[in-house]
Amino acid sequence: MLDAMIKGFGTTLKTMFRKPVTISYPEVKRPVFERFRGRHELKRHDNGLERCIGCSLCSAACPADAIYVVPAENTNEARYSPGERYAETYEINMLRCIFCGYCEEACPVDAIVLEHNYELASYSREAMIYTKDMLIVPPPPGAEGTPQQSYAPPPQFMENPSTHMNRAEGPPPGGRITTYVAPEEKVSAYVRRSLLDADRDGVIDDEEYRS
Amino acid sequence: MVAGDWVEIIIKLLALVFVLLTGFAYLTLFERRVLAAIQSRVGPDRVGPKGFLQPAADGLKLLFKEDIIPRDADRLLFMIAPIAVVITALMSVAVVPWGPDMTLFGREVSLALADINIGTLFFLGIGSLAVYGVVLAGWASNNKYALMGGIRASAQMLSYELAMGLAVVGVVMLAASMSLGDIVDAQAGGKWFILLQPLGFIIFIITMLAETKRAPFDLPEAEQELVAGFHTEYSGMKFAMFYMGEYISMIVISAVAATLYLGGWRGPFVDALPILGPIYLIIKIILILFFFVWVRATLPRVRYDRLMSIGWKILLPLSVLNVALTAIGIVAADTNFFGLLG
Repeated sequence: MLDAMIKGFGTTLKTMFRKPVTISYPEVKRPVFERFRGRHELKRHDNGLERCIGCSLCSAACPADAIYVVPAENTNEARYSPGERYAETYEINMLRCIFCGYCEEACPVDAIVLEHNYELASYSREAMIYTKDMLIVPPPPGAEGTPQQSYAPPPQFMENPSTHMNRAEGPPPGGRITTYVAPEEKVSAYVRRSLLDADRDGVIDDEEYRS
Repeated sequence: MVAGDWVEIIIKLLALVFVLLTGFAYLTLFERRVLAAIQSRVGPDRVGPKGFLQPAADGLKLLFKEDIIPRDADRLLFMIAPIAVVITALMSVAVVPWGPDMTLFGREVSLALADINIGTLFFLGIGSLAVYGVVLAGWASNNKYALMGGIRASAQMLSYELAMGLAVVGVVMLAASMSLGDIVDAQAGGKWFILLQPLGFIIFIITMLAETKRAPFDLPEAEQELVAGFHTEYSGMKFAMFYMGEYISMIVISAVAATLYLGGWRGPFVDALPILGPIYLIIKIILILFFFVWVRATLPRVRYDRLMSIGWKILLPLSVLNVALTAIGIVAADTNFFGLLG
């Protein structure tokens, strides 16, 4: 009995000098996994145009009915996105959103991406409805914001999706994946799926992330 | 008594109460931080730098809590009980000497509030009174859990008081005095009584945990069985007073343990620099308090029947044995029985 007690005292004394496992949250933030689904962002092309074409597929895919999209026509005087239409209104109700990522899956142009921000608390219900200007990322450096005056030709090549999504991690191990995409046309489901596959491959997976 | 004596007593009284209350406040923080460290956590570090204002925040919170008195409670006893716990805890520190006599402002000042000639007896007696607060709280709450906690507390404290008293008898025999001042003087020159009374010291440490209702003897407030034991029905400042009583009695009993066994305020260079006396005592108190927390982090609560059998079947015979051995040792030393000692 006595030696067990002494062993116990030794153990507690030893653990006293171990580094605490606590992460002091507001000061230190635990890094999230690469595939973590946090707050949505609406992405842009490299020339500053919005990727979203206002197709409402995200809204249709949303199981929580959290997304509201009102499309409008692009004109050459006020161009928002490469195609015919753009999202005039794009709202996500963050109180309803379940962060399933179906909107990201449904999006044919990879406009909506669930990023890594999870600090979404607020004091009012109104503040939890995220409007388009809250969701959209700023235009890339050197590029013009929207609406753009002159007609900017749509990008013919969609490069590595991970650079497109303004992720900071750099090119994937396999080099840059370049896939031809005609944004004006209806992209077939087959092409889109292969794109998504490329996307998944481009992402550093969990094991690599941990190491 | 002349007026100067009264002023001196009042100043010492206020200083002692201030030290104890501050000590109580920071002991709660100390315990939480040490426990957290042992459990690989951080502990409260949000209020003020390194959490140093946490006790103030806790006190403020408790002050503004609703003060509930249950409808069927005995109102008078319900209110007296926490006061009794705090007062008895505060009283017994009066006999502890904090340092050698000092000359301050041309007066010979004794650093004990009242170094009475029956100091150890006074301390044990006041310790027995402390159980009243707990029992009254359990009784007055008119709550079965509270009553169970009160009964457990009284049974436990009575059982362990015997062994504690007998452990102290060994020290009293060696010092040939019940005054804590004399006991400290008898330990001059590094002859700490822990060296002469190792068994007595161990018994005192174990009974000390039981007397202050600390883990692993915290059965009176065993939350798994009794909600919160005797203070189940208490809230707000009254609840805080129970905690105050518990932590102050921890400090006081640590001071007494340091005085009885660890040489009290004695230490190197204390004769040349009397101000070191209180510092040494405080260091020893902190070490014993750390032991309190360490025990709490290590040992699980003992079962009630085992608590009783440890008290009556192990500690009490051992303390009687300790008294007997001490007596034999003193006689042997006096008569040079073995031809070894002085």
